[in-house]
Amino acid sequence: MVFFSLVRMKICRAEYKTIAKFIEQLRPTRQCMKILKDRFPNHSQSTLLSIFSLEYQKRMKRTLVKHQDVVEDYFQRYRSEAKKRPSDPVLLELANEVDLSPSLLARLLVERFLEEQQGSVSSKQVLNSMLKEPSLIPDMQLAKHVEQCTINDCCYGPLVDCIKHAIGQEHEEILREKLRERNLSFLDENHLRAKGYDKTPDIILEVPIAVEGHIVHWIESKASFGDEQSHRTYLNEQFWSYWNRFGPGLVIYWYGFISELDCQRDRGILLKDCFPTDIVTLCHGSSHC
Amino acid sequence: MSFRMAALLESLLQREVELNRALDWLRGRHECEENGQDLQVRKQEFVPFLLNFLRDQSSNSLTHGPATPAKTPSTSRPLRAQGTSSERRGNRSSTGQGSRSTSRIQLFSPAANTSQPGDNPNELDNTLNSSHGSHGLTGISQFSSPSFSSGWSPAPRYTPSERRSAQRHCLADFMTSPPETQPSPTAQQHRGRRRMGPFGASAASRQTGARSGQMEEGCRWDGAGRKGRVAVKMNEPVSPPTQVELNFNNLDDFPPVGAAHVSPIPAKPSRRINPTPVSTERPNSKPKSCFTSTPLSQPCSSSPSIPETFGPGPSAASPLCLQEERELLKKERSKLAQQTSSPAKPIPGVCTPTRPVRPGSKVTPDPQAPGPDPAKVTHAPELNLLAEIYCTCISENLVPCVFLEVFFVLQLLTTRSVAPSDTMEQDPPVPGGKTDALERDYLGNVHNCVYFAVQVLENQFTLLSHLDRCTLRLLAENERVGVFSPGLRDLLVQAQDSCTSKVIPDLHTFIHSVPFQPATDNRTNFSSDKAFHIFKKQRDIFYELLREWEDYHKEPGWEFEAALGNRVRAMVSQLTAAGNHCHFARLFQKQLVQMCKGPRVLGSPGDAPDADLLGMLGADSLGRLKRLQERLIQPQALSGPCPPPSFPGNQEFFRDFLQTASCCQLNQHLKDGLCQQLLQLNEVSILGPEATSDEGEEGVDGDMEQQDEKQRYSSVLVVAQVLAKFLGFISFLPYQTSEAPSREIQEAAVTLRSKSAPVLDVCAVLRSCIHRKRTVLTIPWLVEFLSMLDYTGPFLPSYRDAFGLLLQFYRRMRLGKVGGQFYLNQMLLVATLGWLFQIPVFPDDLFFSMDLKDELKELENHTSNQGLDNLPLVDEQLLYTCCPYLGEFRKLLAAFVSGSASKTGGLIRKITPTSAEPRGPPTTRSQQKIHLDLEQAFFHNQPPSLRRTVEFVAERIGSNCVKHIKATLVSELVRGGEKTLRDGLGSDCVNAAKLNDSICAQLCDAGMQALEKATRFCSENAPRAVRVLLPEETSQTVLTTAESITTRLATEKACSWLSSNITTLIKREWKSSFERVIKTLPSPTSKESLNTEEANRSLQPPKSSSGQETGSFCPPDCNNEAPLASDVIVEIKEVLSIAVGPRTEEEVFTVQQIFSLLDKVEQTLKSRKFMSPVAEQMLLRCTVLLASKLVSGELPVVSSTETNRRALPDLRPLLEEFVLIWTRTPSAPLTLLLSELTLTTMLHTNDVQRCNYLLLIKLLIEKGLLKEDEVGSRWMKLSELSWPVESVEKFKKLSLASPSTVPSVKHTDILQVSP
Repeated sequence: MVFFSLVRMKICRAEYKTIAKFIEQLRPTRQCMKILKDRFPNHSQSTLLSIFSLEYQKRMKRTLVKHQDVVEDYFQRYRSEAKKRPSDPVLLELANEVDLSPSLLARLLVERFLEEQQGSVSSKQVLNSMLKEPSLIPDMQLAKHVEQCTINDCCYGPLVDCIKHAIGQEHEEILREKLRERNLSFLDENHLRAKGYDKTPDIILEVPIAVEGHIVHWIESKASFGDEQSHRTYLNEQFWSYWNRFGPGLVIYWYGFISELDCQRDRGILLKDCFPTDIVTLCHGSSHC
Repeated sequence: MSFRMAALLESLLQREVELNRALDWLRGRHECEENGQDLQVRKQEFVPFLLNFLRDQSSNSLTHGPATPAKTPSTSRPLRAQGTSSERRGNRSSTGQGSRSTSRIQLFSPAANTSQPGDNPNELDNTLNSSHGSHGLTGISQFSSPSFSSGWSPAPRYTPSERRSAQRHCLADFMTSPPETQPSPTAQQHRGRRRMGPFGASAASRQTGARSGQMEEGCRWDGAGRKGRVAVKMNEPVSPPTQVELNFNNLDDFPPVGAAHVSPIPAKPSRRINPTPVSTERPNSKPKSCFTSTPLSQPCSSSPSIPETFGPGPSAASPLCLQEERELLKKERSKLAQQTSSPAKPIPGVCTPTRPVRPGSKVTPDPQAPGPDPAKVTHAPELNLLAEIYCTCISENLVPCVFLEVFFVLQLLTTRSVAPSDTMEQDPPVPGGKTDALERDYLGNVHNCVYFAVQVLENQFTLLSHLDRCTLRLLAENERVGVFSPGLRDLLVQAQDSCTSKVIPDLHTFIHSVPFQPATDNRTNFSSDKAFHIFKKQRDIFYELLREWEDYHKEPGWEFEAALGNRVRAMVSQLTAAGNHCHFARLFQKQLVQMCKGPRVLGSPGDAPDADLLGMLGADSLGRLKRLQERLIQPQALSGPCPPPSFPGNQEFFRDFLQTASCCQLNQHLKDGLCQQLLQLNEVSILGPEATSDEGEEGVDGDMEQQDEKQRYSSVLVVAQVLAKFLGFISFLPYQTSEAPSREIQEAAVTLRSKSAPVLDVCAVLRSCIHRKRTVLTIPWLVEFLSMLDYTGPFLPSYRDAFGLLLQFYRRMRLGKVGGQFYLNQMLLVATLGWLFQIPVFPDDLFFSMDLKDELKELENHTSNQGLDNLPLVDEQLLYTCCPYLGEFRKLLAAFVSGSASKTGGLIRKITPTSAEPRGPPTTRSQQKIHLDLEQAFFHNQPPSLRRTVEFVAERIGSNCVKHIKATLVSELVRGGEKTLRDGLGSDCVNAAKLNDSICAQLCDAGMQALEKATRFCSENAPRAVRVLLPEETSQTVLTTAESITTRLATEKACSWLSSNITTLIKREWKSSFERVIKTLPSPTSKESLNTEEANRSLQPPKSSSGQETGSFCPPDCNNEAPLASDVIVEIKEVLSIAVGPRTEEEVFTVQQIFSLLDKVEQTLKSRKFMSPVAEQMLLRCTVLLASKLVSGELPVVSSTETNRRALPDLRPLLEEFVLIWTRTPSAPLTLLLSELTLTTMLHTNDVQRCNYLLLIKLLIEKGLLKEDEVGSRWMKLSELSWPVESVEKFKKLSLASPSTVPSVKHTDILQVSP
């Protein structure tokens, strides 16, 4: 499988900073992704993409408000440009110029467009569906440009959302598969919800295992890179809550993590970037118990 | 009163009273009426007098001397209690003396205060003072008085005026006594002191000789002692021996007594003692406190002794004005000292053996200091006599705390003091009759001290021999013991060998959370969704606080209140809003038990081995590690045998939490819960051997069960103690005051509070446990509960009665009268009670004043033989867990050794080898540990009943297994043996004894099969039993795991018992059988002999119990070959983004590339394993998009290679491929191909592309994926656009009319319509 390369994806804090620094100047286009890959050939593509995504999202969260303030300006600029050269990727160019995610810009402008057309603010749902299916946009030219934006954007947009979702699902399934291979029985979220648990990790092992000498009751799969900020959030909102209810557990960051973050092992939270190999079980039924 | 005591002791010393009579009297055989002196003395009065006498006697030796850091754990007391009004009673002693006197005060002086406040100045004191000079008074004159002054019929020897003058004289003496009054010893001492770092006392005082020296030293002793310290400190951790050079004359550092000044010495928080809030909330409490409880590090107020040096003035005849006087003098003295002393000088008093490495003042013994020498002992007969009386008091439990006395004796043993001087060896002739017997300096030099100590130790050997191995070894290796009593040393060596303490592996290496149990924690247990969700958050916040506490609470400057206070309260207030108190109280209580049930928690903090080290070494080495660590850290850890109650380790968190939360609802719920669990635990049934083994067949399996029962007992006890402490804490929290209330307030409070029912009916519990002989379980936790009392609490009728009962119980609990098996049971009780009687909460006057009606006899009369007290339940491990202060002996002795390392050298070197030898490969050990951890972890998230079931079944199967072995293997073996024996006896000239031995040996060899058999038995039976007992819905894996754990536990139980007992068992069985045969066999019948081979027959090779390997499933997982949807989508996205542009010239695809992409899509869609519906939809959508970009020519595709770049490829095969995919996975959003956007695009394309488009549509219609009318209706919509209608119509017609052959040129016209 593609995912289980032998490349370790742990990255030390300093190196992560270098990468993040480099990412600051990039745009979420396939051209930029290529530059990134060339600059850091030692890291897997998916790890780099995941890091890019994290850093880019941080950037967008920081600056979105600023852009929202000048939507009108963007809209007018788009209008005039689109008139001048209708077949050029003017919306995409604008996004890159102002350093806003193309999908986000497309969304802002569609919203603005609809507002103008219908005289009222459209619902999120409508917006989402139009972004997902640009042909629903009443203006064919805008639709074309929006499609161009959403397809080109590496970090936002319906396509990316779906990819992220798919990756998450796939890794949970990969995890389950690995557990089945090892004959480890578990309850997944659905079981747990049914029983009335208030917080549910992806996996609860019915019989705990020891990974690298640490007891593991639950496993959480994270199909992303574990950087400082997201890990902290996860710890507060998920991992510690799991610990509080089920005891120590394991988190798999399939796309790697900052190695320094793996410092709670003795406390009951173990980080891995792949399915562990060093597993000790209560080998039920065998004579070696 | 005290005079009588003195007279009695004197007459004993002078042999005027027969020692035996006195001893008998002490033992309660008869009352003492002596010698026409008409000494009618009560034991309660004599004992404190004796104790004080000894303390005073030794006060010099224990503290004096340059290079002899005192052994008093009370050295360098922190502030002594600042003078509250109640202090007055103790002032005499507290001012003058250090620890010795302190202890006395703490122990006994209160009586004086309470009953006869004005009677304080002590007759004996005065007597002595007046009777001769200052010399020789060291012990008694100044210090003894408060101790034995008591409210009991004072009979002053002197009239008040006499007293006053005597006192005056005495004080003047102090002040100015010229060197010649205190001739010899001082000179040397001063030299020494100066060498070590001058004391910073005023020159005058330095020259006053021994006495003033003493006073200087006084600061190191705790005048008011422990209580004062404890009182002052609230949450301030007790600092380690302070490294700060103290200027004892600095008023800021050492505020005068009565200044109510909190010690400004910054506490260095590296070592925490966790003073109880109880004590901490009474900063300026009564001076009474327990001897030696304060850590050495605490600086003490230097001043108390000082006033007397100054105070010839309005001499202190009246105790009432003494106080003020002292204050004044203290200040004066302090001022003076400030001027004369250099602040940087190290203070010898601070330097103790507990702190061997101290820059500038090494504590290694002065090389010139003479070692104690038996030849130099003076007053040996008197010392013998004193020792004997003293030992009797100890043995009879006439002293409040037996172990405190042991500690004192060990201090004497290890005193660093040299003889004040050689001239001191002979008492200066003291004129004047009787008093001199008491004034002699019996314990004034090291030789005498050691001699006396060894005498006592010899006498108390039984008690000693039950201490831990390390202590015994330290004692045995103590050179002084060797020199003074080789016999004792040998005994100690022997006792050491027979010591069988084992460190059980600690399974709780990590903190567990309280598991979420659906049965109690899910939505149905809450009144509303909101409450449920709030509790969800609360649980997380609680653990967040806990983790933060764990991380930071040891850091300097960290305070619970400041760091967590607001969050705690916010969370708790939410509890109130949501009505979740009962849920949270349950969580809190469970977590408390989880975290505090480990034995480590109760030990002194810092004992916990580092988690990493633990992991590396595994459980086996824990014991060594711990011991090693203890040795390494003990220099800081000496806190005396009666430390105040505290919340060590994790308990601190829970205490601070409750204090900070300060939530009455929560507390009430907790009280309910704690009380309930406590009483449940108290009733836990622990079975004696008789009760379990059938038909009086005692022994064997009874023994094994006893082991389990013992473990259960100790775990129950430890938990109960924690719960009780917290129950007490919460219950008395509302009444805690910072100071002892005045008598009036107290009385009012008593009246008020005695109306409402106490949270726990202590007396009832106590009576019932005595009645049912369950004291060994109940009393230790009751002690914890009572130790949390507030000031007034003990005076409430119910608690006062309880104290009375406990006192009676203690008096009866004489260790000497106990059988070996239960010795440790009693020792535990004596130790915990002794501790209780010493801690601050115990009323001062109670021990020696309470008139005890002997209620106990009656209670005990009814008892049956059943009961815990007659079971050997306590082992050494538990004893030390429950009474960590017993470890102080070890520390004291070790400190002595490390101090004198240069001489002995022995122990220090031994540390390395013992701790370094590895046992077995480390991997296996840690594997073992992981396995055990895993088992613990397994139960964590299962319902508690699972664990109970497994443990129960394991226990029963293990026990049955032993019975089974006994019934089968053993009896077979013995039968076989009998035959052999009969046969052997049949033949002539056989030595029956020899035959017996050889058969027995054979049988024992054969007995080793037992382990195999047992293993098989357990693995056959345990799984079945568990399976039946677990609920149906238990999942298979859980069931299997439970079975295997049960099997392992049962096997382990059975095998461990068998391996150590099977030989004994066989021997015993064989013995009786042999005897039977011999008896009944004059007529040997040698028939067919069953040869011993039968007995020896080897069993079939051990079939491993659980052989069935879980077959390693081949993971073929062919599906996994397919690429993941996300990957494919990413790839298509890439292609699409090139299609929609912008792109470069180079970015083109070959048909082949698109084919392979489609191939991936196909595989992925086929495999579906990792596919989510969302991803599938997106994937299909992408293919549709891709197809449309392909036909519209937006996607730059070349036929194959570079050779033919310009040539337009034939797309038909590709399009067919698309259609194939959509045919297989029918839900593709094909209408996208008919969308306005696509059509618009198509209208802008060229003929080839339009043809491709039409081809695609045609293929789809053919496959039935698109319906013609649907296509038609879509195309109809074109008309709604701004296109000329006829163009559209034609487009439709053409395309539909010629579906098979792609029309080329002729359509161009039609479609060339621009919008």
